[in-house]
Amino acid sequence: MTTLHELPLWAALLVSALILLGSSLTFIGTLGLVRLRSFYERVHAPTLGATLGMGSILLASMLYFSLTQTRPVVHELLIGLFLTVTTPITLLMLVQATLYRDRLRGRDPLETQDGSDRPVTDAAEP
Amino acid sequence: MNAAILGVALFIGQVLLALAMLMAAVRILRGPRAQDRVLAMDALYSSGMLLLLVFGIGSGTTLYFEAALVIALLGFVSTAAMAKFLMRGEVIE
Repeated sequence: MTTLHELPLWAALLVSALILLGSSLTFIGTLGLVRLRSFYERVHAPTLGATLGMGSILLASMLYFSLTQTRPVVHELLIGLFLTVTTPITLLMLVQATLYRDRLRGRDPLETQDGSDRPVTDAAEP
Repeated sequence: MNAAILGVALFIGQVLLALAMLMAAVRILRGPRAQDRVLAMDALYSSGMLLLLVFGIGSGTTLYFEAALVIALLGFVSTAAMAKFLMRGEVIE
């Protein structure tokens, strides 16, 4: 933290708020990855960081470099565009593969736990 | 003063993103099935990419942006290849 440029107060506050928002959303998403019980629940959790978390950190980076280099720096949009396009594709492929593997084993993916609407906890299997 | 605010926010952000990577690593180690590990790897590389971006803001160079871009590109390819492998049993057919 030695080479931080001096920004106006509003810009420092805005960049800080965006960074804190993005990193806490990413953290909450991966916390859900650990705490949720079945794969079909867990697949939703990290998208929190892949959408708004990624977006606010990229916005903070764009804002900071645009203000310190006195010209618009927008190449972070590349990462944003790329992740927005690819995250749904990879997760859809992964869920399709999981559905296929569940059906292959004769297990109903929509099976619930004794009458509640909670899915069955995944057992340890390869 | 303003740089101090930003420095504290950058530090907290880096700690939170490192904890996010730790959580994803816990899910990779615990499994229980292969698709959980692939999903956790996806979360791990995207948190690592965000950590590089935040570190790049802290160091004031746009050098780290390129590393983050490479991680985003290669991560997509690796996750797609692993999903394909789980589905078909081979990547290129």
